Amino acid sequence: MVIDKDINEQIKWAQINADVLRSMENPRKAYWITFFICIAMVACAVVAEIYQYQTGLGVTNLNNPHMWGMYISTFVFWIGMSHSGTLLSAILHIIHADWRKPIYRFAEAMTTFSLLTAGFFPLIHLGRVWNFYWVVPYVSSRGIWPNFRSPLSWDAFAISTYLSASMLFLFIGMIPDLAICRDNAKGFKKKLYGALSLGWVGSDRQWRHFRKTYLLMACFLIPLAVSVHSIVSSDFAMSIMPGWHVTSFPPYFVAGALYSGCAAIITLFIMLRYFFRFEEYMTLAIMEKTCKLTFAIAMVWTYLNLIEFAATWYGHDPYAKEVLISKATGPYAWIFWTMIFCGSVVPFALAIQSWRRHMPTMFVVSLLLNLSMYFERWMIVAPTLSMSMEPHQFYIMYASVVQWAIVFGSFGWFGLLFLVFVKVFPSVSMYEVKEMVFHRRRLINEDAETALHRRTGDTQPGLTQPA
Amino acid sequence: MSLKNVFENWSTYRKGAEEGGYHTYEHRWTMAINLDLCIGCNACSTACYAENNLAVVGEKRFAKGQAMHWLRIERYWDEEGKDHPENGASFLPMMCQQCGSATCEPVCPVAATYHTPDGLNAQVYNRCIGSRYCSNNCPFRVRYFNFYSYYESAWPEPLNLQLNPDLTVRDKGVMEKCTFCVQRIRVAKDKAKMENRKLQDGEFVTACAQACPTSAIVFGDTLNPESKVGKLWKQHQVKRGVYKQTKEDPQLRGYRIFEELNVDPSVMYLERVRDTTI
Repeated sequence: MVIDKDINEQIKWAQINADVLRSMENPRKAYWITFFICIAMVACAVVAEIYQYQTGLGVTNLNNPHMWGMYISTFVFWIGMSHSGTLLSAILHIIHADWRKPIYRFAEAMTTFSLLTAGFFPLIHLGRVWNFYWVVPYVSSRGIWPNFRSPLSWDAFAISTYLSASMLFLFIGMIPDLAICRDNAKGFKKKLYGALSLGWVGSDRQWRHFRKTYLLMACFLIPLAVSVHSIVSSDFAMSIMPGWHVTSFPPYFVAGALYSGCAAIITLFIMLRYFFRFEEYMTLAIMEKTCKLTFAIAMVWTYLNLIEFAATWYGHDPYAKEVLISKATGPYAWIFWTMIFCGSVVPFALAIQSWRRHMPTMFVVSLLLNLSMYFERWMIVAPTLSMSMEPHQFYIMYASVVQWAIVFGSFGWFGLLFLVFVKVFPSVSMYEVKEMVFHRRRLINEDAETALHRRTGDTQPGLTQPA
Repeated sequence: MSLKNVFENWSTYRKGAEEGGYHTYEHRWTMAINLDLCIGCNACSTACYAENNLAVVGEKRFAKGQAMHWLRIERYWDEEGKDHPENGASFLPMMCQQCGSATCEPVCPVAATYHTPDGLNAQVYNRCIGSRYCSNNCPFRVRYFNFYSYYESAWPEPLNLQLNPDLTVRDKGVMEKCTFCVQRIRVAKDKAKMENRKLQDGEFVTACAQACPTSAIVFGDTLNPESKVGKLWKQHQVKRGVYKQTKEDPQLRGYRIFEELNVDPSVMYLERVRDTTI
């Protein structure tokens, strides 16, 4: 058993500032290579989208039974991705798991950016995208409202609420760090960070308000995270189609969301650690904890999968049973079994300690887990459409280049937003790492801690007299 | 659909299809299709193309499944060694069943598809934003999407002169489906109103019923006790608003497709008579 610390508690506070601020200056070359690859990917998607917009949705190869395709499965995938940020930043914050502190910032950024990516897909797949705002209940002189019974209009509410809340949460959590950036920047940057840090000086009163707001936002965000994916699952569960009309879909979707999100956190963890030389902060101990969390969620997902299969198998819906059988044996069988293998067997790699500590292995494993989760979304959307109730309309759709390009480009778009974020904003929370170091150090030696971080004239908390 | 309307009529909205839904119907347009008379000639489908300005999408797009045949003839072959292989193909004209409690209606985010007091599922092309959810939730898969714009390609001059002026040509990005020739219903209703009389049965029929050489398709208003279609439904003891028929005589051929889903289809099919002894 290797016993190591979440963080080196001897690290100096000034050192933390310096290390994190350095990440905003000179990343490795790999950062720039990834950055330009992302731009190229987005360019592919833009070209494809212009072509699709001009010509019509037919260029995607979607057809009569197969009205939804990769756009919707990718949409669900990105929405799912957004859940882990909330898990790390809000849920773990409330239960006082302080190991989250060095890694929650980028996870929260991931939430926001994957929502921004996901938000594109319902629009891209609309037949008449220029009328998309009809889904929103805006004030109209004609008195026309959207259909409040439709899960798609719930989607519009849920996603926009979650997006604005998580953006706000990301921003609020960053204020003290932005002030540090402001204090260390010059020229234009100083103005930018100055404006963003909202006049933060770090007074007691500001900290008190900050803590309260942060906790409030965390509490507000958790039910939103659960609701948003439950509502996305209603897009399917509220229909009457076999394979979609499943009661266990909301928890199944939320579990899948947390799963893919945690896997993505592992991927990005390894990438950031490498790009910005964050070995001191993104330690192996934290990696291990993230892996264990992912493993637990993987098992929950597997369990819910089994529940869904069992409920269908022992249920009395012959159509649903037919779809289940065709999932496992039909044209999508290879996707189905890859999903099962990568989603339920591969995570056992996370249970082996020496593998958990080996970054290249974990990188591959985390990508495989997300591959499985992408396949899961495809297996939710596609088989029901291609093999539902009307046998005359059984049809297998193969996505065209246009669909592939846009889906491919969405990964570039997400990557681009994320890479810009980590370069412009501190991707490791400085004040919270200091807090973590402070608490850890106190546990070991209270006196040494005092000596390190208090100037002789400072008042100590709890003491009225200067020490 | 305004909020005021929702609040004031909440209790009636909540009524299920079994209790007659929330509509007081003026008409209940209904069909009966006798499969024993159907010879699979596709005349109904062709008539539908001509009447409703349906675009001919071309071979390639048809093979891709992007056709827009509001009325399609489904062909089923009996597999060898099963039921009735000697009878060969059987045909089933399939169009929108104008369900009494249609699954397409609640899922549309912009309420572009709704129920009319005539018992039809109306599709408002102008309101449709093309989310295609209605089609995904239709067990019959009879909703067709304009994947391309056909305005110029499907009716090159002088073919544009054949377009029916009574209804629009749909552009790309909207959903469309069989309307039971709502434009004919409209004209007939207006005419009856002008002449201050009630609509007569057989005064007009849909294009498919008109074109059927064997008169397999019967169209009419079941609320009219004199109507031919209403009599057929009665004769075959097929009731509306139920998900399971209770017939006194199980030999009667009338049935509705997918009625066990409680969608309450408005089309009754009469089973094909099979003679296995031949």
